Amino acid sequence: MKLELGKIEIRDIQFADRTCIEDHVLYVDKEEVEKLVLSDDKLLECHLDIARPGDATRITPVKDVIEPRVKVSGGGEIFPGVIGKVSPTVGEGRTHALDGCCVVTVGRIVGFQEGVIDMSGPAADYCPFSKTVNLCVVIEPKEGLETHVYERAGRLAGLKVAAYLGEAGKAVEPDTLEVYETKPVFQQAAEYPDLPKVGYVHMLQSQGLLHDTYYYGVDAKQFVPTFMYPTEIMDGAIVSGNCVAPCDKVTTYHHLHNPVIDECYKRHGKEINFMGVILTNENVFLADKERHSDMVAKLAEWMELDGVLITEEGYGNPDTDLMMNCRKVERKGTKVVLITDEFPGKDGKSQSLADTCDEATALASCGQGNMTLQFPAMEKVIGMQDYIESQIGGWAGCINEDGSFEAEIQIIIASTIANGFNTLAARGY
Amino acid sequence: MAKYKIVHYLNQFFGGIGGEEKAGFEPEVREEKIGPGLAIAQGLGEDYEIVATVICGDNYFGENLDTATDTIIEMVKRYEPDVFVAGPAFNAGRYGVACGTICKAVEERIGIPVVTGMYEENPGADMFKKDVITVRTGNSAATLKKALPSLLTLIKKMAAGEEILGPSVEGYLERGIRVNYFAEKRGATRGMDMLIKKMAREPFETDLPMPKFDRVAPAEAIKDIKNAKIAVVTSGGVVPQGNPDHIESSNATKYGVYSIEGMDSMSPDDFTTIHGGYDRQFVMKNPNLVVPLDVLREMEKEGEFGELVNYFCTTTGTGTATGSAAKFGDSIGKKFVEDHVDGVILVST
Repeated sequence: MKLELGKIEIRDIQFADRTCIEDHVLYVDKEEVEKLVLSDDKLLECHLDIARPGDATRITPVKDVIEPRVKVSGGGEIFPGVIGKVSPTVGEGRTHALDGCCVVTVGRIVGFQEGVIDMSGPAADYCPFSKTVNLCVVIEPKEGLETHVYERAGRLAGLKVAAYLGEAGKAVEPDTLEVYETKPVFQQAAEYPDLPKVGYVHMLQSQGLLHDTYYYGVDAKQFVPTFMYPTEIMDGAIVSGNCVAPCDKVTTYHHLHNPVIDECYKRHGKEINFMGVILTNENVFLADKERHSDMVAKLAEWMELDGVLITEEGYGNPDTDLMMNCRKVERKGTKVVLITDEFPGKDGKSQSLADTCDEATALASCGQGNMTLQFPAMEKVIGMQDYIESQIGGWAGCINEDGSFEAEIQIIIASTIANGFNTLAARGY
Repeated sequence: MAKYKIVHYLNQFFGGIGGEEKAGFEPEVREEKIGPGLAIAQGLGEDYEIVATVICGDNYFGENLDTATDTIIEMVKRYEPDVFVAGPAFNAGRYGVACGTICKAVEERIGIPVVTGMYEENPGADMFKKDVITVRTGNSAATLKKALPSLLTLIKKMAAGEEILGPSVEGYLERGIRVNYFAEKRGATRGMDMLIKKMAREPFETDLPMPKFDRVAPAEAIKDIKNAKIAVVTSGGVVPQGNPDHIESSNATKYGVYSIEGMDSMSPDDFTTIHGGYDRQFVMKNPNLVVPLDVLREMEKEGEFGELVNYFCTTTGTGTATGSAAKFGDSIGKKFVEDHVDGVILVST
């Protein structure tokens, strides 16, 4: 499967009477977007705002972040099974991405697990979305919606807007064109017979109760581990539907920009032979954990992988899946490196993970989420600060009257994202 | 007058009282610098003054831990020091434990920075390096000169409230505290570098050596359930409406104990959940899903077990530090022992 990914550099977003891209500026027809969002009768109100890097602006509570993309050729539609048609599969042909801008969905909290993006100040160092131009879609749900219904409405609103904006890039000549290819398993193995065969075990958050991920529209807790061509993910085959702790939430943006897949392709044909992705989940039932870690190990063996990188989403309960996968894959003779973040408590002295195994000899840290930070008051808040104290990372009394507050960095979207996207790491002191 | 005041702690040997025969020496305070204190004071210069030295015999300290600690704390407090220094203890085991104990107590109870020094195999180092900055020394007093620069720098930084850098930079034993930094490469690149080395069987360094976990052996089965006293403990965040103790929705630093006396079930009017890790909707409607009081009352009436304790213990079990969890468990366990509880139903979510 071969995908050409054309990146259109977006340097600014501005409201206009027509949605289009001109000279690296994304012009957005505000009314059209609001109408699109409000076509869902679960949502009462919608307003749009723009946040730019360096602005004294805070966005919260943030639900998801999505990069607009569009399929240009090769069949399939962006976000298949959710926004686009479920068939054919995606990951082939050509796709255009609006690079440097994001859709950010904002609104009063669903759970406690939506986070903060500061466009400047100390917290901006920890957040990838402090460096992108963000179109914030602020939604107001109908009264009395059940939480999971509100979650779904918010999720679909963001994806719809991203797909709509992506269309504006369909006919635009991209600034760069990257080509990614993974061949069918025997051909791929034969292509670089002297290089170690490497796979990626991608654990999707699937604990349920507002911790969900979707693959071609399928709730990830309902599938068994399977093989995925890495390019499928670049066309939105996986979308985030969860409200997992903000710091290690794998936003839909991060699925589109999976750093492990990116790294594997960078080294492909030089140091490794990248064979593809084993998708698995993080279900809460022990039987699922046992069965699915067995299947992950089985797939790794079947693909004759020499090594795998494993990432998780979330912390605590999924640490058990992470360790089961590590132990079982290693026992099949495949070398494992884990990438994850740490939660050693505010004083940094507790154990970083909720589970461990002897085989986990190699781990790349994505930082620890319990470190506290001072968040200054901002000139502008997109959304609302009403929930800061109860959002993950905050506590009763952490916010001051002027809007400044102290919180653990786990309140910042993707600050310690456990797939190795950031440079943040933790070490022993 | 010196800018910063220091109180120094020594055992009977380094305090010049005597050897093993004087190990029962009770705490005494001397308003002068003694033994290694001379070198420390000289190295620190005029801005710093060792205003007092506390001397205590190693055996006395070990055999009268609480009394000795209380006495020494009172002695230290009187001088209102800026920094408290103990030892170094080098490889002297009892002395090392005393230095660690008293440093930890001074930091917790007086709230001033503390520093000690030890050989890494001193049993006191293992016990206290997590809590107390412990300068790395050799195994004998002859190595004082070598350890002195690190000790002096740390004292000065502590006095001025400056940032203490990592263990290899400052020369103290690694505490096992996880501290963030921005690495040169992203996590995915570092992970791939590690994998390439691991596959080639070349040496590599993990970012997180796996910790050894405490494993608690399960208790024996209850022999006489019909007369057993049962309690409920939950990490599901169920609290009285209004969350009176402000238990956090994630990374809880406390637990609550709430009465269920006279109640037949958990009413949503009285209880809610503040847990940040699951969709609370169902539990808010029916808190019995997490604290199953309704069913337990029925079983109690039917004589399936002896008696339900008239309170439940609760906290939030998402993102909660294992250190906090162990503390809660100890404290709840003690309460149950006092209240003669025979069995506990631990409800997780």
